[in-house]
Amino acid sequence: MSSIWRTIDRPLLRDVGALAAAIAVVGASFGAMAVAAGLSMWTALFMSLVVFAGGAQFMVVGVLAAGGGPVAAVVAGLLLNLRHLPFGLALGDTMGRGLLAKLVGSHVLIDESVAFALAQRDPERARAAYWVSGVAAFLAWNPAVVLGALAGEALGDTAVYGVDAAFPAALVALVLPALRVAATRRAALIGALVAVAATPVLPAGMPVLLALIGVVFALPLPRWARQGGNAAAADRLGSPTDGPVPDLSTGAGAAPAPPGPVAHPDGFGEPAAATEHPRTATEHSRTATERRADTEEETPCP
Amino acid sequence: MSVTTVLVLAAGTYLLRLAGPLLRGRIEVSERARQLLATAATTLLTALLFTAALTEAGGFAGWARPAGVAVGAVLAWRRAPFVVVVIAAALTAAGLRLLGIP
Repeated sequence: MSSIWRTIDRPLLRDVGALAAAIAVVGASFGAMAVAAGLSMWTALFMSLVVFAGGAQFMVVGVLAAGGGPVAAVVAGLLLNLRHLPFGLALGDTMGRGLLAKLVGSHVLIDESVAFALAQRDPERARAAYWVSGVAAFLAWNPAVVLGALAGEALGDTAVYGVDAAFPAALVALVLPALRVAATRRAALIGALVAVAATPVLPAGMPVLLALIGVVFALPLPRWARQGGNAAAADRLGSPTDGPVPDLSTGAGAAPAPPGPVAHPDGFGEPAAATEHPRTATEHSRTATERRADTEEETPCP
Repeated sequence: MSVTTVLVLAAGTYLLRLAGPLLRGRIEVSERARQLLATAATTLLTALLFTAALTEAGGFAGWARPAGVAVGAVLAWRRAPFVVVVIAAALTAAGLRLLGIP
């Protein structure tokens, strides 16, 4: 643990502090909502301590309050938390190599701690960022739930404070460095488009998992990604113009994409590039597994 | 809500969180696979931010939230400090709602 304290610096603490403040506001609103839905303060706190997953907590209480049974509530909550599995796979040893570090660290695996860790280049800094943001979130969330439960509905609708916009914006800031790599950006934006298009028709939690389809569009890449100049060449291999995405982009939720550099709907590919690579035409008629096998042979290429 | 419901949810959530790090510790992961997993995580986070920015309970979230996120995104792109990004996004959404935009 001591190395973590040597690695963290003031900017990281400040960033984590900003996020913890937003988490506290949401935690307070969960406490207030839980009490309004008929939970005792102690149940709300117990749930926050042992589950520690904001989205799932809101969903479970919401489903129960709406008259859904406990089984439906738990299934919905776990469906929402399924994304933690691939997050954990991506983190690997980030929490620490020891079993104890993984046993404890897994409890503070949330979207924000994953995003903070992935935003660091250096593994040592990633570990520090993971623990500091995860523990800070835990320490902000649980007392806030108690305060919110005690205050009842005094806080009112947190949307008034714009907190609902703070979390997506924080994620933008955290994933932006990774999105500067062309193939990652392509995978992420195609995935996001799929997720937004699927949101009106799939139960909560599923659309985000469906976004993993986007990763297929990064497959020809891994070796090349680490050599900046070649990323553009790899980009042409999987231009999304002839993929399934344009059809999905007409789906209900996709229309009002915010005009930011990340969010721009046509930011994910260079349509003209499709003709520049002789193999593009056949690339998309293959299945993902064939292409995966293909990548194995291709890697020594550059 | 019964204690059992909470405990089942907690146990399931914890196992989903723990499975990743434990599996990664037991199997040899190639550099290429590691890159793909990182891309998968970035893709999930990006999908999460888009759905959170645009949708609410399966429908459109209204204009204030995506506008706030867009302001934050532009600031992040211009390499503004994280705190500025987060606060500007919240203030933009809150300000638009004060003006009557949902």
